[in-house]
Amino acid sequence: MTIERKEIEKLATLSRLAIDEKTIADVTGRLSSVLALVDQLQNANTDSLQEISRPFHTSQRLRDDEVSETDQRDAFQAIAPETHNGLFTVPKMIE
Amino acid sequence: MSWETVIGLEVHVQLATKTKIFSAASTAFGATPNSQACAIDLAMPGTLPVLNKQAVNYAIMFGLAIDADICQESVFERKNYFYPDLPKGYQTTQLEKPIVGRGSVTIQLADGSEKAIGIHHAHLEEDAGKSTHEGNLPHGMSGVDLNRAGTPLIEIVSEPDMRSAEEAIAFAKKLHSIVTSINICDGEMSQGSMRFDVNVSVRPTGSSVLGTRTETKNLNSFKFMEEAIEREVERQIDLIEDGGIVAQETRLYNGDTKVAKSMRSKEEANDYRYFPCPDLLPVLISDATIEELRQALPELPDARQKRFVSQYGLSNYDSNHIASDSNMSAFFEVVAKGSSNAKLAANWVMGELSGALNNADLNFSGSPVSPQQLAGMVARIEDNSISGKMAKLVFEAMWKGEGTADEIIQAKGLKQVSDSGALEKIVAEVLDANLAMVEDFINSDESKRKKKLGGFMGQIMKASKGQANPQQVNQILLQKLNELL
Amino acid sequence: MHNYTIAELIKGLQNNEFSSVELTQHFLDRISQLNDDYNAIITVTGEQALNAATLADQRLSLGDAPAMCGVPILHKDIFCTDGVRTSCGSKMLDNFIPPYNATVVENFARDGAVMLGKTNMDEFAMGSSNETSFYGPVKNPWATDSVPGGSSGGSAAAIAARLAPGATATDTGGSIRQPAALCGISGLKPTYGRVSRWGMIAFASSLDQAGPMARTAEDCAILLNCMASFDEKDSTSVDKNVPDYTASLGNSVKGLKIGIPKEYFSEGLHPGTEVAVRKALADLEAQGAELVEISLPNSELSVPAYYVIAPAEASANLSRFDGVKYGYRCENPKDLQDMYCRSRTEGFGEEVQRRILIGTYCLSAGYYDAYYGKAQQVRQLIQQDFSDAFKSVDLIMGPTCPSPAFKFGAKGDDPVAMYLEDIYTIATNLAGLPGMSVPCGIVEDKPVGLQIIGNYFDEARILNVAHQFQQITNWHQQTPEAIS
Repeated sequence: MTIERKEIEKLATLSRLAIDEKTIADVTGRLSSVLALVDQLQNANTDSLQEISRPFHTSQRLRDDEVSETDQRDAFQAIAPETHNGLFTVPKMIE
Repeated sequence: MSWETVIGLEVHVQLATKTKIFSAASTAFGATPNSQACAIDLAMPGTLPVLNKQAVNYAIMFGLAIDADICQESVFERKNYFYPDLPKGYQTTQLEKPIVGRGSVTIQLADGSEKAIGIHHAHLEEDAGKSTHEGNLPHGMSGVDLNRAGTPLIEIVSEPDMRSAEEAIAFAKKLHSIVTSINICDGEMSQGSMRFDVNVSVRPTGSSVLGTRTETKNLNSFKFMEEAIEREVERQIDLIEDGGIVAQETRLYNGDTKVAKSMRSKEEANDYRYFPCPDLLPVLISDATIEELRQALPELPDARQKRFVSQYGLSNYDSNHIASDSNMSAFFEVVAKGSSNAKLAANWVMGELSGALNNADLNFSGSPVSPQQLAGMVARIEDNSISGKMAKLVFEAMWKGEGTADEIIQAKGLKQVSDSGALEKIVAEVLDANLAMVEDFINSDESKRKKKLGGFMGQIMKASKGQANPQQVNQILLQKLNELL
Repeated sequence: MHNYTIAELIKGLQNNEFSSVELTQHFLDRISQLNDDYNAIITVTGEQALNAATLADQRLSLGDAPAMCGVPILHKDIFCTDGVRTSCGSKMLDNFIPPYNATVVENFARDGAVMLGKTNMDEFAMGSSNETSFYGPVKNPWATDSVPGGSSGGSAAAIAARLAPGATATDTGGSIRQPAALCGISGLKPTYGRVSRWGMIAFASSLDQAGPMARTAEDCAILLNCMASFDEKDSTSVDKNVPDYTASLGNSVKGLKIGIPKEYFSEGLHPGTEVAVRKALADLEAQGAELVEISLPNSELSVPAYYVIAPAEASANLSRFDGVKYGYRCENPKDLQDMYCRSRTEGFGEEVQRRILIGTYCLSAGYYDAYYGKAQQVRQLIQQDFSDAFKSVDLIMGPTCPSPAFKFGAKGDDPVAMYLEDIYTIATNLAGLPGMSVPCGIVEDKPVGLQIIGNYFDEARILNVAHQFQQITNWHQQTPEAIS
């Protein structure tokens, strides 16, 4: 299966990656070869099989509803790219 | 052409847990920005979610309250999109296997009729943080507060079963009533505890094909919701009648400016790429857990309403009104039992008390007049110690903290005069002093006489300093005037 | 001292032959001398290590200290370390200093182990050659023109170069076993859920598993004793008693049934590697083990299934790196979208971006069923193959990887050629099974590995057999020429 340039652009937008003109052909070629590999899956007979997303069947543990986290804002914001009065700041979002 | 409106709702209900759905950080409202966002809420690298048991229980309780199927193996999925208030870049939610399956909610309409609204499903998910664009921020920047990020929500998705704004509001209010009655949500709409997304479409009356719908997001008051629906219906009809077509889009309604606008620009190329969250395992719910929660489920508004009719003899209207609010219901029951006149108790709770609380922006649990106090006052009306008019004075005094009804009646000398000898004397004196009015009364048409009785009543009440029993005065007055005819 | 195994170091420390401070200083000196040659370590935490060693010596002097007390080790730079930069091999996290520890790091700290530093790795663990690290490639101590394997290439090379006696590592598709094989050391990927993932930066959450690397199987057992724990903070952590993995090392292999999957000896396997692996199997047979040919018929589907599932999970796991809360943010973004796109494009390397794009593709509308859904079904086929096999055998053995270490750039142009490097290791990740690589020969002057796959939670048996193999062979004692 080959992948169209337009599709790569859409994937890049969804992934918030900026692929420049120079590399787009290269990326398209490499992705196509990976998808060719992945296409071998289509040969597998998986009728009557369920999708499993985990190695073995276990169930989710549930946590008691008790507060144990304390305010560590200063420690977290010390490693943030940009903050102001306790808020993380980003270029203005358009409403 | 006549048009039919079709409405479906998606309702976000913040669950009243102490901690977040996937972390042990507090969910308390109004904290300093980012002081309740722990490493998990901030999506710090390497952090992992662990599910809050109470959030699961609350979701099950909601399912039981609407008589829905509980999915005994539900699965969390990741919904992928980028937004600064979504720290992980995906929202952990449920899609294929939501915890609550099909159910139904019955709404009562103004004409007394009832209608069942289908619930498609309800699922557990995490709330996002909050962005601010105003205030003291560097130029061109927005601020992000992640305290709300990870607050547990259930999203309730209705079938498109509503046909008017009235039905939609009735449904929304009913959900509010249910989730607050079973104590899984504090119901504080102004704090965003319940938020509504409204899907609206129109179609020619009689058509069975659905029109293209728009979704108006994030309405957090019943009033705004009603306005938004009415405006959107009007907009769609105008558009179609002018030969246009409705675009499927997300809209925002600003309740303050009364302006709705499209968010189409933001929607471009959305593809949420849902897949099962590998950090969370399937949530298995045993029959025993369901049974335990069912046994402990508080009384639901519908059952309470029926009980209010049978136990207290309330009307349908009154019972619905009170039963929809669990705090009002609890208050009412104390007043009704303590006063032995449930109807009167209902009137005072729904009328004077609700009005006063509303004006003071208080709720029933914060009422300055206790239910015991109000019961004491209603008992004095019931035994004719005070008139309804005097009761208003007593209520005001109780509100100001001047004591019990009996203490106030005593202190203000408000006791009603019901002694017939004394009343007859007052009536006779008033008639003697107002011969012209008596003459006028006699010469009037039968039909006008009733109106003129009011003039005598006013004089008599004034003469008795408002303490005369009005029913008795009325009786004596009629008798005396009839004798003159 | 650097030639001692961990077991020997523990004896020396507990018998007061040397102090932890002396030992730590010795390894720090070696690191400062030799690390430039191999680029195995990204961050050296000398001062912190000496402080920890001082505390460890105090604890040792009181007696009754845990086994790992005072033993210097390295952590892969994928584990969050409180107050120490945790880069995950990426420019994205070059400035990231977490205020918390991974559970694995915490477990070692609890027992008094001394952290010497953080090891180099493929960026976000995506790679099989350590060529994708922002900090430059790691060189294989056996041949510095060759790769050390990946993604835990830094940990493997550091142990091979005797810069530390042991290290932590992670394995998503072979990232412990393949570099262990290529660097001539021992490495174990435990059962999924055996070691906590808390604080370990996620690549593919349903496949990632941390494990130990050391020169010997015995040392791996000692490290795993400390690493493995049930952790309430990780929902996928399994609440199961952790046995003493050293207790059964001495068991005989007599009567042990070893399954040899014919699919693991097919086209693509280097003849030299095949000879070495067959010889190792014969050595075990000579000790009384029984070799049984088996089939894992869906083996060839594991690589394509992996290259759907791992990128899909990674595409979501890496969305949190958005320049908002921590990590890299681009200079002067012109708006929000520009901040996202440039921070991510400048912060992530080429291979990471490629995998994000593939993952996004596999999950996108219209492709989900054909790719992600299908891959998860195939995962069940692969799991079924193993559970069928384990009905008749105790362990499964074969080569760890198709050939000895290849030269830098050899597979640069073709991602698929690189992906096939993990052809024998990926299936165990998909099934969640434990697997180990131990040195079993030298081919073209470079080491090759024997892979040992066990049933769920059968790490003790794997380690036992690996240890027994190391009693009758000396491949694990071979040292790169430059080191000896």
